Amino acid sequence: MPRTVALIGTDAIAEAMRQINPDVVPAYPITPQTAIVETFAQMVGDGLVDTEMINAESEHSALSAAIGAAAAGARVMTATSAQGLALMWEMLYIASGMRLPIVMPNVNRALSAPINIHCDHSDSMGARDSGWIQLFSENAQEAYDNVLQAVLIAEDPNVLLPVMVLLDGFIISHAVERLDLLDDRTAKQFIGTLMPRDSLLDAENPPSWGVFDGLGGYYFEFKRAQAQAMINAAAAVRKVAGQYAEISGRHYDFFETYRLDDAELVIVAAGSAAGTIRSMIDDLRAEGLRIGMLKLRMFRPFPERDLVKALSHVKNVAVFDRSDTFAGEMGGPLFVELRAAFYEEEKRPQMLNFIYGLGGRDLSRNLIRQAVDSCKLAAGSNERQKRIIYLGIRD
Amino acid sequence: MNGKNVLFIWEYVIREETDVAIKLSDLTHQKELLTGGHRMCAGCGAPIAVRQVLHAVPENAQVVTCCPTGCLEVSTSIYPYSSWRTAFIHSAFENAAATISGVEAAYRALKKKGKIGEDFRFVVFGGDGGTYDIGLQALSGMLERGHRVVYVCYNNEAYMNTGIQRSGATQLGTWTTTSPFGERSAGKAQNRKDLTAIAAAHNIPYVAQAAIHSWRDTVNKARKAFQADGSALLNILAPCHRGWRYPMEETVEISRLATETCIWPLYEVENGKWRLTHKVRQKKPLREYLEKQGRYSHLFRPENEAILEQLQAFTDQQWEQLLLRCGETTES
Repeated sequence: MPRTVALIGTDAIAEAMRQINPDVVPAYPITPQTAIVETFAQMVGDGLVDTEMINAESEHSALSAAIGAAAAGARVMTATSAQGLALMWEMLYIASGMRLPIVMPNVNRALSAPINIHCDHSDSMGARDSGWIQLFSENAQEAYDNVLQAVLIAEDPNVLLPVMVLLDGFIISHAVERLDLLDDRTAKQFIGTLMPRDSLLDAENPPSWGVFDGLGGYYFEFKRAQAQAMINAAAAVRKVAGQYAEISGRHYDFFETYRLDDAELVIVAAGSAAGTIRSMIDDLRAEGLRIGMLKLRMFRPFPERDLVKALSHVKNVAVFDRSDTFAGEMGGPLFVELRAAFYEEEKRPQMLNFIYGLGGRDLSRNLIRQAVDSCKLAAGSNERQKRIIYLGIRD
Repeated sequence: MNGKNVLFIWEYVIREETDVAIKLSDLTHQKELLTGGHRMCAGCGAPIAVRQVLHAVPENAQVVTCCPTGCLEVSTSIYPYSSWRTAFIHSAFENAAATISGVEAAYRALKKKGKIGEDFRFVVFGGDGGTYDIGLQALSGMLERGHRVVYVCYNNEAYMNTGIQRSGATQLGTWTTTSPFGERSAGKAQNRKDLTAIAAAHNIPYVAQAAIHSWRDTVNKARKAFQADGSALLNILAPCHRGWRYPMEETVEISRLATETCIWPLYEVENGKWRLTHKVRQKKPLREYLEKQGRYSHLFRPENEAILEQLQAFTDQQWEQLLLRCGETTES
């Protein structure tokens, strides 16, 4: 029987980790991820899991140890945030290049400087080309569900890539929410056991991992194969979502739409902001506006065709980005990619970019209304010019 | 990973008495775990160190080798070939100790669950760049956590893989491409750090300093390292004729001179007890070691006499300190 509980987001993650019972968890604490490491360490200490926990001396070493353990055939998890993810940067590429199915919740937090512990997506967006699958969560329930699904997505033989589960710092990690947990038996059955490949601990066939490709080697072919694995990941995400729906009754896909079918204006967003936006949609609908929402769950691989299809009938799209690319006047990463997705299309919606919530700046309902007003204005002017608007910035 | 090495705990002695009288003929009959045909330079000290250490692997034990990025790694693992008759992993430069920590933890996890029956040993071979400098943090973390790993530094006193740049292991006055000899520079301006003592300060069961000319001593120390119930570190001098600028056939002789001049003494720290493993009766002047190497040729110019004297004084001071630690002398 599923259990309905009230948990903060980090504890929901720790509960998923308890049910997964990874062989090895190397980790280094960082705000706001810390409580995941603390709660899980207590679970190890209480004998609720039989994980070997490595209290690494840095995030770089935590992911390095995760790589070593995964190459040794262990099921491995770690977790991080912000500066920790940035310190892991070198090893992110090595984990994906070695095709190791490591699962890592990243509690989204702004990158320094200035140092700021609150939520934005600049940390994980900085890792968007690192070859990790990235799944956003709107709330603790989704974070929990994503972590369980991530294990099977990562280990899919057609994929074999690491997965980052993203949850907004403090807004999800530190707020108490009601959620349903699978019962342990169902969760364990769903997770199954890892069948290691080319384990360092295979005494019969000792393998070599991370070898040198210096002399006119195969680097290009390895990278092409890795690109294919990311393409394959989309199907695995959908397949695992289907299996998960059967045991949980909760349905996941690349994205979720809300009142989209007849919408003329659509807000695209990822993460916890979707909850506030959804409630605004209802109010604005009541005022007669044909507005809907598309909440992106899967940022990597980027589901461009599905997004184009879902938004092809829409006149105006407001893309909400919780990070910036600092690429000139290109806008946030979600905006850049969604615009690119429409390049070949005959019918392109007008797109505005709203950069919001950097460093934890609150996204109020009023700010969403401001964004919608800007879209209405732009739609009236028939202007095709790109617009980047920093929402809620102080003068 | 049992917190055992947090304090000096004397009962963690080496479990079996090592056989001091190792016979060379016995070693020649052992299977080499690093095969010939690798692409290290002729006359390189590093593969000599590796083979001496791997001769000490307990019989019937499986081995996982980990290398940080470096000469040894790029010369022995060129895809799709391998020179290793062990499992092998390289992931990056500064993190060999962290990578092997994960492998060793996976072994304990899977062994506990009955998924692995064999006895595995874990060894790192890193250069001084990956050990003294960029990898020091990960090494310290591994030693503090007490993973059962034998960490071997093949020390050639500079970054040789990238073409002879100075490291924390490079001695005062040494020419390298980043501590050049010039109008305002007479080689490296700083003394080397003492990695062996840094490792010993982690209070792990076994730490030793060795050199490739003294094969019996090195194999002996490696045996103790593999038997240690926790982390062990071997710092092995492995001369590099390309970087040190001497004829390639003199590698072993240069190594011997390093010990005889006491710039590289041989000793061990076993459960906190410091012991000289080679007593130098007639300490040779450092000049005899330095003058054979092109990297020190500028020190023999009259204007650099003072640097040569400084290096001699540092060597003497370090040697006296070691004698004291090893109970060979009392403070005067």
